[in-house]
Amino acid sequence: MTNFFDRMFGKNNKPGTGATAKARLEFVLVHDRINLPPERMAAMKAEILEVIAKYVSYDHEMVDISLEQRDRSSALVADIPFQKAKDVLASDEDYDSDLKSWEESKIQQAEAEFDDATGKAQDITEPSFIDDDELNPEAEGDDED
Amino acid sequence: MGARVVTVTSGKGGVGKTTTTANISVALSRLNQRVVMLDADIGLRNLDVVTGLENRIVYDIVDVVEGRCNLRQALIKHKQFPSLYLIPAAQTRDKTAISPADMLDIVAKLKPEFDFVIIDSPAGIERGFRNAIAPADEVLIVTNPEVSAVRDADRIIGLLEAENKQPGKLVINRLKPDMVKKGEMLSADDITDILALDIIGIVPEDEFVIPASNSGVPVTLNEDSKAGLAFQNIARRLLGENVPLMDLEQQPGFFRRLVKLFNG
Repeated sequence: MTNFFDRMFGKNNKPGTGATAKARLEFVLVHDRINLPPERMAAMKAEILEVIAKYVSYDHEMVDISLEQRDRSSALVADIPFQKAKDVLASDEDYDSDLKSWEESKIQQAEAEFDDATGKAQDITEPSFIDDDELNPEAEGDDED
Repeated sequence: MGARVVTVTSGKGGVGKTTTTANISVALSRLNQRVVMLDADIGLRNLDVVTGLENRIVYDIVDVVEGRCNLRQALIKHKQFPSLYLIPAAQTRDKTAISPADMLDIVAKLKPEFDFVIIDSPAGIERGFRNAIAPADEVLIVTNPEVSAVRDADRIIGLLEAENKQPGKLVINRLKPDMVKKGEMLSADDITDILALDIIGIVPEDEFVIPASNSGVPVTLNEDSKAGLAFQNIARRLLGENVPLMDLEQQPGFFRRLVKLFNG
C-alpha cells in the first residue's frame, strides 16, 4: 500500500547511488586537495591528541577531528571537549594513587623515626627563642618608670 | 584588445572536450563572431573530424612552430561558417613538439584577427594541458556527473589556481535528468557544491550527439537536439547574455503518473 502511494505521488525516500557518489567524492577530494591520505591523517590526529593529553584531560568518546571544506579551501576542525573538573578528580587514577603512596610514605617515615629512638619517639628539638628580656632590657625599665 | 582566449579542458578523457569545443565554436560563429579553434591535442587530433574538416588539412600547428608554413597557411576555413577557422593538431608527433611559449606566440598572432580563440585541450595534466592553458584568458572545465570525472575536474581547478588563472566555469556534460530524478546520478547542484565553481552550461545526454559526430556536423545545428540547444546557450552566455539554465526536468503530471502506475 505504501508502495502504491509512493508511486502515486512520485515519492522515493530511499537515497540513490547519486548520494553515495557525492559523499564519496567529498571524502576523496578533502584528502586530494591537501595531499594528505587518510592514513597520514589518522597519524596526525593521534599525535595531536597525545600532545593535548599532556596538558589536559579530555573526553575520549567525544573527540571529533576532521577536515572541513570552505568553498575550495580545507580547514582542520577539532572538537575536543575537556573533562569537567570533578570528573577529572574522580577519574584521575594516577592522581589518586600518587596521593595514596605519598600518605603511605609519610606514615612509614614516621614509624621509622619512632623505631630509631629505641622505642621512644625522638626528642623533637624545640625551637629556641631569644629571650625578650635579654634582647630588650629597656622595656622593663620603662615599666618601672 | 583582440580575441578572448578560451581553453576547454577536463582532466579526464572522454567527457566531451572536443564536442564542446566544436559546438561552442560553431555556435559562436553563427552569432557572428570570428572564431578560430586550436587543437592542442597533438598526436590524438579529433577536432578536425568532429567539425568535418579532416580532408582539408595541409599544415598543422607543429608545422607552424617548426617554420614549415606560416600561420595563415595552417588556418582552415569552414565552408559552411565563413567566420570559423581551425588550426589542426599534428597527428604524428607528441605533446613535447610544442611548448607553452609557442602557444603564447601563436595565440598572440591570432588575437588581432579574431573575436575568439577556442583551444581544445588534451586530457591529462601534463605538457599538453600546460600548452593549452598557457594562453587562456578563460577556462571551461568539462565534466560528467560521475565520480571520476568530477574528481579530475577538481584537480584541474587546483592546478588553475596554482597557475593564478581565473577560476574556470563548469560545463556539465551528458547529464541524464531521469537518473538524477531517481537519485541515481549526481545532480548539477551536487557538482557545483563539491567543486564550488559557477556553471556555464548543463548539456543533457542526447541521442543526436553521436550521429552528429558520425557525420562531422556539430549537434548544435540540430534544432531538435537539447544538447545542441545547450551548446548554443553556452555560446550566448560567453557573449554575456543572461540565458537561464534549461529546465531539463520534465515533471510528469498526475495523469502521466497514473498511466505509469497501471502500466507497471
